[in-house]
Amino acid sequence: MSTAEIALAPAPARPARIRLRLFRSELGLTFQRRRNQALLVLLGAVPVMVGIALRLTSHQGNDGGPNLIDQVTGNGVFLSVGALFFLLPLILPLAVAVVSGDSIAGEASAGTLRYLLAVPAGRTRLLMVKYAASVTFCLAAVATIAATALITGVILFPVGPVTLLSGSTVSLAAGLGRLALVGLYVWACVATLVAIGLAISTVTDSPIAAITATAVLPVTSEVIDAVPQLSGVHPYLFTHWWFSYDDLLRAPILTDHITQGLLTFLAYTLIFGSVAWARFSTKDVTC
Amino acid sequence: MTTTAEAGAPVEAPPLPTGDHAIATSGLTKRFHGGQLAVADIDLMVPRGAVFGFLGPNGSGKTTTIRMLLGLVAPTAGSHELLGVPMPDGWATALPKVGSLIEGPAFHPHLSGEANLRRCDAADRTADARTSRQRIGSALERVGLTAAAGKRYKAYSLGMKQRLGIAAAMLGPRELLILDEPTNGLDPQGTREVRTLIREIAAEGTTVFVSSHLLAEIEQVCSHVAVMRAGRLVAQSSLEDLRAEAGTRIRVETPDTSAARGVLTGLGLADVRISDSEVSAELGELEPERVCAEMVGVGVAVRGLAVVRPSLEDVFVELTGEGFDVNG
Ligand SMILES: Nc1ncnc2c1ncn2[C@@H]1O[C@H](COP(=O)(O)OP(=O)(O)OP(=O)(O)O)[C@@H](O)[C@H]1O
Ligand SMILES: [Mg+2]
Repeated sequence: MSTAEIALAPAPARPARIRLRLFRSELGLTFQRRRNQALLVLLGAVPVMVGIALRLTSHQGNDGGPNLIDQVTGNGVFLSVGALFFLLPLILPLAVAVVSGDSIAGEASAGTLRYLLAVPAGRTRLLMVKYAASVTFCLAAVATIAATALITGVILFPVGPVTLLSGSTVSLAAGLGRLALVGLYVWACVATLVAIGLAISTVTDSPIAAITATAVLPVTSEVIDAVPQLSGVHPYLFTHWWFSYDDLLRAPILTDHITQGLLTFLAYTLIFGSVAWARFSTKDVTC
Repeated sequence: MTTTAEAGAPVEAPPLPTGDHAIATSGLTKRFHGGQLAVADIDLMVPRGAVFGFLGPNGSGKTTTIRMLLGLVAPTAGSHELLGVPMPDGWATALPKVGSLIEGPAFHPHLSGEANLRRCDAADRTADARTSRQRIGSALERVGLTAAAGKRYKAYSLGMKQRLGIAAAMLGPRELLILDEPTNGLDPQGTREVRTLIREIAAEGTTVFVSSHLLAEIEQVCSHVAVMRAGRLVAQSSLEDLRAEAGTRIRVETPDTSAARGVLTGLGLADVRISDSEVSAELGELEPERVCAEMVGVGVAVRGLAVVRPSLEDVFVELTGEGFDVNG
């Protein structure tokens, strides 16, 4: 190897590694933050409590109970699905709103934003890193729910081949595969909220305002989704597709709603991502 | 020397090629959304290697100017270059070579001082991760925070926070350091240390742009100064020129004031002032010993004779026509 080659060799590897440094730093900041850790603990605790409650009540005979409860007590694997079903309407979006709404506004209100930009981190790069870290937090949140639910389910209930919603039965391994798909779909659901939270976070310098606005949106969307008179707008609501993960638990998998849901999430992400970028790249940083 | 008779448009700065300037602004203006004119049409010229004092009372637009320089705030009008690179387009080239402290330090309260610096360093894509630890260590050492490096930022005292802010500005090799009120919150000892630090940094060839509302704090370290008042640049020059402009005075202590005045007038000195037991005048190019010899020659009883360099404070009062700390 000539000296010139030696001198040039590390160059191509550098930018990628350095770009990851800020992302790693951001992940550290997100996951070391007590508040965010508490959110993950809360999300992990809910399936345990639900599992214990179902276990205690199932002894007293549960005829006439909802379908899902029967399924959970019949097969512990379903506790994961049940937990996501309980947490998806309110608590999971709230946790995601806390992290994504805080992303830019939190740095602005702490004053650290001006230093990140003066370093310079680069506005677009910072936005992308913030987005990626929040989306990673979403994955961690969904994984925490699914994992604690699975462990609780295995401990408290019988586990075996999984009976799908369509009535057919698949092996335990295949059932766990379906569960993983549900988890990924739920991740996509809440990742949409990250783009929304990020956009709101660039508009205000108050993290509380950004978090509140971000948390209120999915609830509002769910309320509108529940009003039959407004059925015309339902397909355009991102929460309308949140519970379509049911279709992943059928044999064969129904892809219609899943696809429509994913496309809706993508559209929301692109729109709100653009809003965030347009706003943030021209924002006067005065605090 | 550029001054303005009235707080109108500043007279042009000396025409130097911008390549020699660490900071060069042209008509830089910021009007906030509320209509507030924070910075009005300023032409700053900061020569490379200077220690440039940026003075002005509270609310005169110092921080807003610094934010514009660093690309944090978009100017309403005007343009500027940082280290010869047009901003804001050239931010990726210019800003890594610029260290800054903007309106006080700001860090994550739950992280230690060292962890905060690690984050600053991680944000800089031009910084080499392999030397990160060493650079952070030496920055902490320079500001005397090595012992408190592992302490959480929220447990820092005001002065320690300020020091950490300065450390963050010095994480990498810098060609320009922009320090907005770096001595804010520091005790007299800390203020002295910051001045020493600025001298050291300047001695290494780094240009230092330091703002303050307290003239006395930075007077001793500056080679150049500019004065802001109500968003306008009312003065800008090297310290030497500024002092020379105001003029050195000769002061003669004597009971024979009228005779002494005669001598001074006879020597052609300007602005002769007379009081109970003292006569003074602008010395100009004249040697003080000439004055002394003339006085003694005509038999004036000289009790004391002094050459008075005006304090910068006096110069400013003269330039701006009012007390320095009065907001315009
Ligand atoms: N975000 C903002 N919106 C509206 N007006 C602003 C904003 N930031 C600053 N100003 C106004 O601009 C003017 C200049 O403020 P700036 O902070 O630049 O002053 P300064 O010289 O740094 O003062 P200090 O010595 O107190 O730090 C002030 O009148 C201030 O009220
Ligand atoms: Mg200020």
